[in-house]
Amino acid sequence: MVRSDSEDEAREVLDADDVQRALTRIAHEVLERNKGAQSVILLGIPTRGVPLARRLAERIGEVEGRPIPHGSLDITMFRDDLRMRPARGLGRTELPDGGIDGAVVVLVDDVLFSGRSIRAALDALSELGRPHAVQLAVLVDRGHRQFPIRADYVGKNLPTSTRESVQVLLAEHDGRDAVLIGGSDETHDPSAEGGETA
Amino acid sequence: MTRHLLSAADLTRDDATLILDTADELARVSDRPVKKLPTLRGRTVVNLFFEDSTRTRISFEAAAKRLSADVINFSAKGSSVSKGESLKDTALTLEAMGADAVVIRHPASGAPHTLAHSGWIGGSIVNAGDGTHEHPTQALLDAFTMRRHLSSLDGRKIVIVGDVLHSRVARSNVLLLSTLGAEVTLVAPPTLLPVGVDQWPCAYSYDLDASLEGADAVMMLRVQRERMNAAFFPSEREYSRRYGLDAERMARLPDEAIIMHPGPMNRGLEITAAVADSERAVIVEQVTNGVSVRMAVLYLLLGGSDSALGGVE
Amino acid sequence: MSDKAPSTSYLIKGARVLGGDATDMLLTDGVVAALGADAAGSAPSDVEAVDASGLIALPGLVDLHTHLREPGREDAETVDSGSAAAAVGGFTAVHAMANTDPVADTAGVVEQVWHLGRRAGLCDVHPVGAVTVGLGGSQLAELGAMAESAARVRMFSDDGKCVSDAVLMRRALEYVKAFDGVVAQHAQEPRLTEAAQMNEGSVSAVLGLRGWPAVAEESVIARDVLLAGHVGSRLHVCHVSTAGSVEILRWAKGKGIDVTAEVTPHHLFLTDENVRSYDPRFKVNPPLRTQGDVDALRQGLADGTIDAVATDHAPHSLEDKDCEWAAAAMGMTGLETAVGIVAAAMVDTGLLDWAGVADRMSRRPARIGRLAGQGRPLDVGEPANVTLIDSETRYTVDPKAMASRSRNTPYAGQALSARPVATFLRGRLTASDGVVRR
Repeated sequence: MVRSDSEDEAREVLDADDVQRALTRIAHEVLERNKGAQSVILLGIPTRGVPLARRLAERIGEVEGRPIPHGSLDITMFRDDLRMRPARGLGRTELPDGGIDGAVVVLVDDVLFSGRSIRAALDALSELGRPHAVQLAVLVDRGHRQFPIRADYVGKNLPTSTRESVQVLLAEHDGRDAVLIGGSDETHDPSAEGGETA
Repeated sequence: MTRHLLSAADLTRDDATLILDTADELARVSDRPVKKLPTLRGRTVVNLFFEDSTRTRISFEAAAKRLSADVINFSAKGSSVSKGESLKDTALTLEAMGADAVVIRHPASGAPHTLAHSGWIGGSIVNAGDGTHEHPTQALLDAFTMRRHLSSLDGRKIVIVGDVLHSRVARSNVLLLSTLGAEVTLVAPPTLLPVGVDQWPCAYSYDLDASLEGADAVMMLRVQRERMNAAFFPSEREYSRRYGLDAERMARLPDEAIIMHPGPMNRGLEITAAVADSERAVIVEQVTNGVSVRMAVLYLLLGGSDSALGGVE
Repeated sequence: MSDKAPSTSYLIKGARVLGGDATDMLLTDGVVAALGADAAGSAPSDVEAVDASGLIALPGLVDLHTHLREPGREDAETVDSGSAAAAVGGFTAVHAMANTDPVADTAGVVEQVWHLGRRAGLCDVHPVGAVTVGLGGSQLAELGAMAESAARVRMFSDDGKCVSDAVLMRRALEYVKAFDGVVAQHAQEPRLTEAAQMNEGSVSAVLGLRGWPAVAEESVIARDVLLAGHVGSRLHVCHVSTAGSVEILRWAKGKGIDVTAEVTPHHLFLTDENVRSYDPRFKVNPPLRTQGDVDALRQGLADGTIDAVATDHAPHSLEDKDCEWAAAAMGMTGLETAVGIVAAAMVDTGLLDWAGVADRMSRRPARIGRLAGQGRPLDVGEPANVTLIDSETRYTVDPKAMASRSRNTPYAGQALSARPVATFLRGRLTASDGVVRR
């Protein structure tokens, strides 16, 4: 999550309703693509991927009429920029009972930018088991990939310049749902995304 | 940022909480099929043990290896003849080998400080026990264990019983537990409490029975039989009668209270077999937690460009 | 005897004698030949003039307690290098303690040290004789033979160790009366201080270092002053370090007991708080104590309960200090920093003026050591043992610039404002501007 300058200077490109609709649509896309949610597990990447995963699991669960397994996957230990900053505190990794072997794991994150976080998530996942397949759901795809990573489910495509900052607000953490774009004088390095601590 | 862990006094409440929270996450790694993380790949951790301690050394070794670090074990017995040359020359050799961290256990109080400030070594120094001074990772794993059972340490009543005068475990625990908001009471015969204990951030008492009332955790310290010959107490019988934890005393503790011991135990002296083997004793769990806590310390010191400890960001 | 001095006459102009008014002083043929207005007029033609305006002139300083390490540990110091350090520090006489290797417990060893001192010729070296054979604490050494030897030993000490056996201490106190000797006791009850590392108190409790309780010093001093009173002997107490010791000495002197005492500069200046760094340069015996002890010692020196400042100069080689605390040797160098530290602790604080410094660092030590030609007033006809001190210029202590062979000073980098700038031993310049002159 690239930090923005301030909420006031940023402009809102998605409001709360937009976010809700995007999640609902993604939920249905997951069901459609996987022909039901038989072996689907949703794992959110801390921090904001976690409530998003939970919300998606709720929506899918409403349709299927049963609870959908979900959890979190912390990627801190697998980041490729670990040695560029002092060691960070870890986020929670919580897998549903039964693990991920043979499952369709849907990784959930708020913003897809350089793709390094997802690369790290794939490494983390490989240590935890052998999923049948891995898919990626993101609320916002802002482009500027530095790795060959693409999302399967996208809430909103937001073309941005690297000089801009994208901020996702969620009720669970920030009191309301919104996606903001802010301006800045500095060029933001896409690989510097995900600097938040758990 | 401080790149060393020399004393529990160096840890702020935020530092200690960060270590314990990180240890919490890392404890789950041990439950996985692949018990390894790549985080410290390419880093070299040296175990420099001038005192015998298989248990602590293995714990640090496991912690470093689970983070994919390279581990070198250096077992050196300091002799009075070679004096400090052992420490300095050994340190220079390790520096030449490129140690990113040196985990040191030494019989002289202050040896890790000397190592850290001498300029002989550029890496991080982790104190694994120096003389009768401190043993910070022991205090951290004790606090971790207590937190798991008591959920929070704020306002908790912790009683530490035994040879406080010669105990580095006691010193580190008093410092760390008071930083984390617990209320500590030290219990010992007057001969085994240091002059100056009244300045410590804890209470002290000569009466074990009175002190056990309402305790949330009781930590028994090892008492060496040799202390009897130096007139610290008259006999083993009198010591265990007045300061030992037996089933009868344990029964008077609150139901949720836990019993701890840093090991190795003198079964029958400070703790009876019945107590040591009871359900309330978390002694074996302390050992397991030691690996997670030491993984957390090594990760926070070596995992990034700089240490994550020792100050507000 | 080295008589290579470039000049035998010095006209010291404008020095403040004992910190008083500026005066001229003429030193010729080893004595103070003239003072005041007469001095310039009576000077011989080859006199060397010394501009001493602003400088303090004191009688040559006398150290009752120095370790010169020779014979045995010449890697740390020799009689020659120690004498050089003494001269640079403003001393014209030092007492060399007996804990050498071999121990100075016979006439042979004390005469050897005495000869080495004369050969160096930089200050008067007075060997101290051991009280017991080998410092073993059980058998009296040949005190009489040492007294009769060329070294004319008058002070006897097992320093480093305590004469703890009460009967042996009594015998020693009695025996030395025959030749006006004095027993100088290193007061340390051995059983209470086994393997002790630092002062016992709140700092030692935190640092996990075994404590050296004040009572181990005080109980021995109490016993010894009572013994000295009982047998009618002189007693000298080395390196007093606690407030309780000062009180006992005050009581004893009030009773008329013939006891004298010394304090080191470091016990007037440093505390056990310095040990928190675990830096072995602060490791010393007796150990650094609390601020309360420092204050009592300063007061005791100011009111004369403590008679003298003695450096306990204890040089150690690098290996003996460049290690963990428990393995390090005890002791600090002190000859070259004594004046600066005493000035900071006593003069700058208003507790003692320069006349008082002359009394505590020259007159009384000379009297205790029975040194006839030292500690004399700066008067016409007296031996020309003179120390000139600059008390105005700030400077920083630099161990690498010291004359001592060893570098174990706790004051590296310390800013001080008094230093000796010239030392004269019976009219001959032995050191100036921090450098020894041969």
